[in-house]
Amino acid sequence: MKLNQLTKVALTAAALTLAFSAQAARDTIQVAGSSTVLPFSSIAAEEFGNNFAQFRTPVVGSGGSGGGLRQFCQGVGANTIDVANSSRPIRPNELANCHQNGVNQVIEVKIGYDGIVFASRIDAGDFHLKPEHVFLAQAAQVPQNGRMVANPYTRWNQIDSSLPNQEIILAIPGSNHGTREVYEENVILAGCNTFTEVQAMERSERNNFCLAMRTDGRIIEIAGDYTETLARLQAQRDAIGVFGLSFYESNRDRIKVATVSGVVPTIDNIIAGTYPVSRPLFFYVKGEHIGVIPGLQEFAEFFVSEGNAGFGSPLEEAGLIPLADNERAEVVQTIRSRTALKAQ
Amino acid sequence: MTTLTEKAPAQPAKSAVQQKVAASLARRHRQETLFRFTGLTAVMISLALVALLFINIFSKGLPAFWQASITLDIHFDPAILQISDKPVQQRGESDNAFRERDLAWRSEVGMINFNRIISDALMQVLPDADQHRRQVLRMVTSGERFALRDMVIDDPSIIGQTRRLNLLTDANVDVWLKGNIDRSLPDHQQQLSPIVRQWADELYASGVIQNRFSFALFMNPDSRSSLASAGLAGAFMGSLFMMLIVMLLAVPMGVAAAIYLEEFAPRNKITDLVEVNINNLAAVPSIVFGLLGASVFIGWFNLPMSAPVVGGLVLSLMTLPTVIIATRSTLKAIPPSIRQAALGLGASKMQTIFHHVLPLAIPGILTASILGVAQALGEAAPLLLIGMKSFVASVPATPFEQSTALPVQIFLWQGNELRNFFEARTSAAIIVLLTMMISLNGLAIWLRKKFERRW
Repeated sequence: MKLNQLTKVALTAAALTLAFSAQAARDTIQVAGSSTVLPFSSIAAEEFGNNFAQFRTPVVGSGGSGGGLRQFCQGVGANTIDVANSSRPIRPNELANCHQNGVNQVIEVKIGYDGIVFASRIDAGDFHLKPEHVFLAQAAQVPQNGRMVANPYTRWNQIDSSLPNQEIILAIPGSNHGTREVYEENVILAGCNTFTEVQAMERSERNNFCLAMRTDGRIIEIAGDYTETLARLQAQRDAIGVFGLSFYESNRDRIKVATVSGVVPTIDNIIAGTYPVSRPLFFYVKGEHIGVIPGLQEFAEFFVSEGNAGFGSPLEEAGLIPLADNERAEVVQTIRSRTALKAQ
Repeated sequence: MTTLTEKAPAQPAKSAVQQKVAASLARRHRQETLFRFTGLTAVMISLALVALLFINIFSKGLPAFWQASITLDIHFDPAILQISDKPVQQRGESDNAFRERDLAWRSEVGMINFNRIISDALMQVLPDADQHRRQVLRMVTSGERFALRDMVIDDPSIIGQTRRLNLLTDANVDVWLKGNIDRSLPDHQQQLSPIVRQWADELYASGVIQNRFSFALFMNPDSRSSLASAGLAGAFMGSLFMMLIVMLLAVPMGVAAAIYLEEFAPRNKITDLVEVNINNLAAVPSIVFGLLGASVFIGWFNLPMSAPVVGGLVLSLMTLPTVIIATRSTLKAIPPSIRQAALGLGASKMQTIFHHVLPLAIPGILTASILGVAQALGEAAPLLLIGMKSFVASVPATPFEQSTALPVQIFLWQGNELRNFFEARTSAAIIVLLTMMISLNGLAIWLRKKFERRW
């Protein structure tokens, strides 16, 4: 009798476990990745849930562009994510990793643009930066009179007399952020390559030299999101932080932006292409999951639709710079035809 | 003390020992005073720190329980709301067919521009509204259009009627009215345009906008597209499911393990090893359990990501050693005379334990379990690793649906980019969590007091 009951309990438990494993068919879209794309993706998810009664609201996680793509490439199946947000294009090695794990249908979707701004506390000095200033502030070694010397600068006005007399402290995104790559590409390398000493170097050496950072604690790599950078600024008056334009727009009472090469970062200037530090934002859809996870294709199409991500849309309101009409048409075509990225 | 030492030489004929004692007395008294003073200072400092924490959280968080909302006469205009009749399931119609018709109808209602109904109502109360048409909708948070839509879906007969409703204002209007943004800042640093700020002030003065208790904070799930309607309901349900799982798994398993180890298991090397390992497990950082959960429960068992069921399992693992250790020490504290008396009267070992020892140990076990559950409730680190820090805009109905948890929600709100609004909201969430913890701890104390037995 007792034994019988025990067997029953054991059997029920086993059945339940099996049921859980079989329950693999998931009906909620899972998104993860870039913290820059996160606000946009979350808004799109919420609007999607509100507009499509037949689908559940997608769930959006963070973890940075790199972290998101790593999760994305783990494989195919209900316990892997369906969409990875990224603030930079997928790297060839990441794509290779995806293919290796059986994720062959990686569909790239561009959602719009975002600017990267340098911002300081509202009570700190006004900055008018050029890429070479930032390079000189950050580099381990700087060129001086034809030679490379250890970075001697401790205050901004030593780099250029037009900059405020303020200590150099720079809070930049950590290497898990896609923003970091754009920052290095458009600011540090751009600034570094203006020096004749650098131009004389071998191409292969150049990147290593330019991206080497000083290690005396003046450059702070922020692994978390922009609120962490903001907290850093609140603790240190002199610090300058690297933010997304949309984050700055929500906190204009606390921080002010620096001009880069004389251009104020505004949505108009970024659309016009005069502001040098802007980048496209992406998400990647796992083609294998389309048709398996309900609503995945609809979500991708809704995300980039004019009403959601165009001018006057909720995403533009949140700070996204919309795609041009022809770009949008192209992106929608990619989603509909499920054109996957090819290995290089 | 000084009087003692002054008097001492006046007294005659003291033995050597007495002199020695008298000499050291002052020093010993001084030491005691010093020790008391140090202890008192330690208590004062810790109390001051706790008070600082509470004052900080409460001063920031309490205002967030009241939120600016605007009273509007919403006219459900039949000219705008042109929809077909709500479908009713007919005899012989299959459930699926009905659901499809119902969904089609819902999408039809969803196509309606409910913002127009809101802006029509706003135009009635805002001065010079027709000159600033585009700014009008900035007064009300964007999620309210879905609230109106749901009202129509629930009861289509509302079309044609006018209802007086309280709608939440935009998060930035709330920030402006509460003074959470510096009101003296110039226009380019403000979040709202001058006309919207002027409207907000005027309507607040005339009582159309009032600070009302924020039910949204408790009834709504998290939101990012309509920040003012972000609430804790989703996180609360997630935490509730996880606590239930912890109670159903960790408590019975922990108590059973403790009874076996304490009462039945032979004392040998193996039980020693088990005991050492349980103590070690209790000291393992919680984040390690998160890693374990991610690889075992999600990786092998294919349980869904971000789901309370996984969170509950992970937290159960984490709470298990705590429950075992606490239950064992309670069992140890039961006097052996109880066991001996029962055994002496002919009860079996099993009867002794279940009829006599366990009832006496119940208050201790209850306290241990509640404290374990409270600890699990406040834990965030392992949940971050099993995907529970995702943004979830719906309230979970089962433990298998994605959700967050209260401590994780605090973490998420702390990272929201609209700092002016979410600093207060975060503190409010902390207050809710603290209240739950304190009530759980209070319950533990009450149960202990109620069932306590002394020998």
